[in-house]
Amino acid sequence: MMLEIKDLHASVGGKEILKGLTLSMRAGEVHAIMGPNGSGKSTLSYVLAGREGYEVTGGSVTYDGHDLLAMKIEERAAKGVFLAMQYPVEIPGVTTLTFLKTALNAQRRARGEPELDAMNILKFVRQRATALQINEEMLKRALNVGFSGGEKKRLEILQMKLFEPKLAILDETDSGLDIDALKLVAEGVEALRTPERSMLVITHYQRLLNYIVPDRVHVLADGRIVAAGGKELALELEAKGYADVIKVSA
Amino acid sequence: MSAGSDTKDQVAALGEKYKYGFVTDIEMERAPKGLNEDIVRFISAKKGEPDWMLDWRMAAYRRWCEMTEPSWARLHYNKIDYQASYYYAAPKSTDKYKDLAEVDPKLLDTYTKLGIPLSEQKMLAGVAVDAVFDSVSVATTFKEKLNQAGVIFCPISEAIREYPELVRKYLGSVVPVTDNFFATLNSAVFSDGTFVYVPKGVRCPMELSTYFRINASQTGQFERTLIVADEGAYVSYLEGCTAPMRDENQLHAAVVELVALENAEIKYSTVQNWYPGDEEGKGGIYNFVTKRGDCRGARSKISWTQVETGSAITWKYPSCILRGDDTVGEFYSIAITNNYQQADTGTKMIHLGKNTRSRIISKGISAGRAQNTYRGLVSVHPRANNARNYTQCDSLLIGGKCGAHTVPYIESRNPTAKVEHEATTSKIAEDQLFYCLQRGMTQEEAVALIVNGFCKEVLQQLPMEFAVEAQKLVGISLEGSVG
Repeated sequence: MMLEIKDLHASVGGKEILKGLTLSMRAGEVHAIMGPNGSGKSTLSYVLAGREGYEVTGGSVTYDGHDLLAMKIEERAAKGVFLAMQYPVEIPGVTTLTFLKTALNAQRRARGEPELDAMNILKFVRQRATALQINEEMLKRALNVGFSGGEKKRLEILQMKLFEPKLAILDETDSGLDIDALKLVAEGVEALRTPERSMLVITHYQRLLNYIVPDRVHVLADGRIVAAGGKELALELEAKGYADVIKVSA
Repeated sequence: MSAGSDTKDQVAALGEKYKYGFVTDIEMERAPKGLNEDIVRFISAKKGEPDWMLDWRMAAYRRWCEMTEPSWARLHYNKIDYQASYYYAAPKSTDKYKDLAEVDPKLLDTYTKLGIPLSEQKMLAGVAVDAVFDSVSVATTFKEKLNQAGVIFCPISEAIREYPELVRKYLGSVVPVTDNFFATLNSAVFSDGTFVYVPKGVRCPMELSTYFRINASQTGQFERTLIVADEGAYVSYLEGCTAPMRDENQLHAAVVELVALENAEIKYSTVQNWYPGDEEGKGGIYNFVTKRGDCRGARSKISWTQVETGSAITWKYPSCILRGDDTVGEFYSIAITNNYQQADTGTKMIHLGKNTRSRIISKGISAGRAQNTYRGLVSVHPRANNARNYTQCDSLLIGGKCGAHTVPYIESRNPTAKVEHEATTSKIAEDQLFYCLQRGMTQEEAVALIVNGFCKEVLQQLPMEFAVEAQKLVGISLEGSVG
């Protein structure tokens, strides 16, 4: 198993958000998590990444044989856990390329691999940026500062390409994108599908799953998985709405 | 570029914590402890100074005896016992060396530990280094090239003997002997420093740099620097400091005077990394510095850039007197305080001439239990028609126990003047840190990256050799500040 979440409970600010979530994924699988607002989707992604303030109160998470919850945030990253964020963060004064270089070398160092110098980084980034329509000018701008919604999300996917994670969690990667931007981003993700890489695609809407077709769809409501099925479940949700599906399952 | 990466490697090799804590034991030749007229005479005699210089020092000393230490800065420290310090220390041999092989190997070793070995300085392409070891300059390089251009770059003690007319004309003309408590003390007891004179129309062929270092225990360091750019001349001067680890507080009261005549330009850059004291606030340098530039001639320009990461106490206001018409003054500053460090720093822009322009960019970073104050004066005098000032003061707080303070003074006595002031205070956001960590950076790397971004406008002003070192220092000085 790539990821095995068992009876996970987590609280934010003393309020329980995840109330016994269980889910498992094999290597190479793509799972979608869908659910209404406030169901705990983002909390799940932050708990998996290890964000401060997201307190695990019960259950376990095993990632590729490791106790994920015992690992520091940056350790998880170096071991291949990547979170594409719903709201990528701006860092004024730090060029995108500098950020990518610092992150990439930090991960390489943590894995005992040699660091790349400025020239090789630039080459490495360029090779991967073109398909996402990220040009050099964008790499010179301060990280995410003044980027459009589409640019921010494309940069998240570029990072996924650079860091080559084993487990990628995509948190509402489709939010704030028009249809052309969505297509570009989704194709970028689809191109990163490999037999070794697992992806957990968190989304509110079905449309992203037209491009990134999941092996399995889970419905999250009130901190628990209330329904699961194949890719057709996403279409059913789209047609009937969450309320019906949740009612039936409950 | 190669100079930059050398420096980078050296700094990287020096590692995470404050690595400059070591002491060489070259036998010191010392004046007795304490300060009185005899000590002033002793210093002057040691330097082989002419009578006028001794008289100048004595006048300063007598004046100083009547002065009281200023207390207006937002700084708290135990009272300094001026009689408990030594005011003169020199390496035993004061002979000039022709060759590095003649230099005491222990001294060379000190530079090796510092990461700036003399033997490699020639590789720092285009940088002449006048290395000040404690109070006496022991090595001056690249002198010939400068000679050809007519540039004088030498220890100030040598300038007093060799170029008395120039020194007498300009010394104390920007920072008068009576200026303030610390400058007056310096005038009485300064041991050495640097003198630069760039003649008319000459563009100094290389960046000039001096590495200062406090080494002798309990010896105050009183550097005196005088830089004169004659009409149409240009010079860029770099000053970098590191100091060994100490338990006792050490007093440092330097004076720097810059004079820019018509159409001249002086760029003065500092990376200050004196020992800041330990994590409990024990030890560290007390740094009371008077730095002032005089744009004496029309269309001249003086630019200060400083990266202040060290010292337990920093009291420093590099200033510009915009005397000539159409002159320009700039101040770019990064001040980082961590643990128990305190900094009260800023600038004064005195607009006297017409169409004078000044620009102030200040970035204060405070972590631990440190206190960081920006204190700045923009003063527009009645004759300064169309004077312009732009001031931007940004403060960044790391953690909840430190403080940032901004104290701008604006005086405008000319209705055509335009003075703009912008100030911000922010914290390193949790989401920024999380984002960096999720991408694999350690906490410390993330803080260094974010803070370097915050300081970018100032770091860009530094010459390449210093920019890389300064970026590293930013990270090193904030280690342990988060988490």
